[in-house]
Amino acid sequence: MINLLRDLNLSARIGVVIVVVFLLAVTFGPMLLPYSAVEISGSVWEPPSATHWLGTDNVGRDLLARILTGGRMTVLVSFFATCGAFAIGCPLGIAAAITGGWFDLIVTRSVDALMAFPGLILALIVLSAIGTSIPSLLMMMAVLSSTIVFRLTRAVASDVAAMEYIEVARLRGETMRWFLFKEVLPNVAPTLFTEFGLRFVFAAILISSLSFLGLGIQPPYPDLGGMVKENALAITFGRSAPILPALALALLAIGVNLIVDGLLKRNANLDLHK
Amino acid sequence: MNDYLLEMRDLRIETIVDSRKKRAKPTEILKGIDLTLRRGEVVGLIGESGAGKSTIGLAAMGYARRGLRLSSGEIWLDGQQILGGSVAQLAQLRGQKVAYVAQSAAASFNPAHRLLAQVLEVTKIHKHMNTAKAEKRAVELFARMGLPHPEAFGMRYPHEVSGGQLQRAMTAMALAGEPDLIVFDEPTTALDVTTQIDVLAIIKEVIQEYKTAALYITHDLGVVAQISDRIKVLKNGAEVEEQATESLLNAPQNAYTKELLNVRSTVIETELSDDEPVALGAEGIDASYGTVQVLNDVSVALKRGSNLAIVGESGSGKSTLARVIMGLLPPSKGTLSYNDQPLSSGLSDRTASQRKSIQMIYQLPDVAMNPRQTIAEIIGRPAQVFVGMSKQNTLNRVHELLHLVDLPVEMAQAYPNQLSGGQKQRVCIARALAAEPDVIICDEVTSALDPLVADGIIELLLKLQRKFGISYIFITHDMAMVRAIANDVVVMKAGTVVEQGAKARVFAPPFNDYTHLLMSSTPEMRVGWLENVLTERRMEAGGQ
Repeated sequence: MINLLRDLNLSARIGVVIVVVFLLAVTFGPMLLPYSAVEISGSVWEPPSATHWLGTDNVGRDLLARILTGGRMTVLVSFFATCGAFAIGCPLGIAAAITGGWFDLIVTRSVDALMAFPGLILALIVLSAIGTSIPSLLMMMAVLSSTIVFRLTRAVASDVAAMEYIEVARLRGETMRWFLFKEVLPNVAPTLFTEFGLRFVFAAILISSLSFLGLGIQPPYPDLGGMVKENALAITFGRSAPILPALALALLAIGVNLIVDGLLKRNANLDLHK
Repeated sequence: MNDYLLEMRDLRIETIVDSRKKRAKPTEILKGIDLTLRRGEVVGLIGESGAGKSTIGLAAMGYARRGLRLSSGEIWLDGQQILGGSVAQLAQLRGQKVAYVAQSAAASFNPAHRLLAQVLEVTKIHKHMNTAKAEKRAVELFARMGLPHPEAFGMRYPHEVSGGQLQRAMTAMALAGEPDLIVFDEPTTALDVTTQIDVLAIIKEVIQEYKTAALYITHDLGVVAQISDRIKVLKNGAEVEEQATESLLNAPQNAYTKELLNVRSTVIETELSDDEPVALGAEGIDASYGTVQVLNDVSVALKRGSNLAIVGESGSGKSTLARVIMGLLPPSKGTLSYNDQPLSSGLSDRTASQRKSIQMIYQLPDVAMNPRQTIAEIIGRPAQVFVGMSKQNTLNRVHELLHLVDLPVEMAQAYPNQLSGGQKQRVCIARALAAEPDVIICDEVTSALDPLVADGIIELLLKLQRKFGISYIFITHDMAMVRAIANDVVVMKAGTVVEQGAKARVFAPPFNDYTHLLMSSTPEMRVGWLENVLTERRMEAGGQ
């Protein structure tokens, strides 16, 4: 881990610092603050002060407490949704690359069909139909994101599938499980790992968009997108309340992207030296 | 001053080390090379991979590969010191004074541009010819290279011409800038023998005609003997010896050179009768990829405990035949048999014992081993799958197998990229052995290896044959190897069997025309072989 950090360039190290600080803050921050995220502790849209460092929101709740708690919610939902997307997309992508033939054809075309719909609109339709709850949100986001994970995994796994060691394993009559975990996954893991970071950021943006549109995480749970919506009016009064949660989201996205870029560069360099 | 065109004095090249890693030391790639070349002279550089041949070739252009640097020494080209020259100065040099012909023409041409544009690029950059004149010269060169329809040839894209033509086009490209020196880096290695001989003949003619000096890099002594005036033998970045071609071939001074000259140590001459039991047979096989038929009524028989060599050029269908036998490509017609029992054409219909008994070794060990698995996992897995070995016993078996293929047992914990090419191929042999097979199909197992290493691999395979009675099918284009170790030979061309039978019969008169062409195209390690063959062919053609 420390070696990895040493290999990263400056911007990726900055990314690591941003992400680590962000994660620590959303994990432990709410415990250290005197206010909870749901408690009304001041008047509406107070400017930043010694008691409320970032001011208060549209009903007088402490904005810092809400950003940290909301950030935690956004991170958790995005993380689990991304895990779900990889749990669906990776095995299918590798299986499609290894098996080929009609299986590959059917899965790939189904994914194409799913990708033909604009993601956000599809999510809005489905969520209005089945109702908004955290499990349905997670499922929706995982399925949407899994299409792209599938595409990428299939592409990188196809390169591996053309290798003769796959043919050797095929001649041995290995099971799909062996192909997945022993032959292909170790070879595509670096690519998928960086993709995980990108998908995570997209998931965070998607959940925030959904919340902003009112179909994401429901009150009283705070989350970054919902907070922008709740405080949107404050912008006309020149208050920073809607900007701050958006900034927090941007910070997380930038941090993760810096790390991913650094990792991609590092992997590319390794390939050159081979 | 002297009259050398190219002069290298004590040239040293080393790897660049990461300045943050304090303890890392640079590795020396070239350890003080001296080289001189007069105008119109051809010097051959020969040695195994890693000997530094290509590094010298590139250094002659003032270029060091990524990750390398010229640490000391001098390089004089036409009286001009090129070490430390600026990028612009070097660019002036390249293409005008010195040009480069790479091993893989297919990878060196840009597939998106027409050949003419690429061949003329150098004259455009250096602006020493107007376009009309340059085009005329290109057509001249194409004609000189024996390319078909020289006027129209340049309008083709790289994928529209054959490998041999592309290699000639690349030589034309090198000549387009009228350089004083051309560096040939294994220009014929990727070609079939029958194509190689044509390309070789043309390269030789044009460098004589244009009085161009050349550095000719190869690992094949037979090739370099035809073309060079002098040969420099290299090993691990240092010079072993340098002599005029004739005297090097006849009186090598150094032990390593002597080894290079007589690589093949074992010769098998046992002749097997036709009634010997057949281990593996294929009868009337037709096979196709999609709508393209690649095998047409192919029948072969591998006698138990013997070596069957299948020879032919690329595209002759020899590897496809191997895939059919392995069950990877079900044939559209024909039957397979193993020990007189029918063998299903599809892999999934074969019994476990049939799958275990027929194993395969590939040409490129790099892609035949999963880079993320240890050697122990790679070798151990077939022992578990085919022989049903428990996890505890597997490691012992792995050590035993490593010992059999003459590798240290400590290697079990290494990953493939930590091994040399020869070691990797030994691991692949161990993996095939782990299944305890009766038949092993060797698909060009030595063609990616240096001659001495390849000979070691063949020795090993024969040792294992004596020990376990394994039968081999060797798929190869290396006629020298076939002559040495095969019992039976099958000659293939364009998906059909041209000739087959016992080695002594196939390689003795009366010759089949195609077999004769293959045999006579294999370079021999003597001066004048190329001219002899060409004269002979001309006479034959004239006589008919």
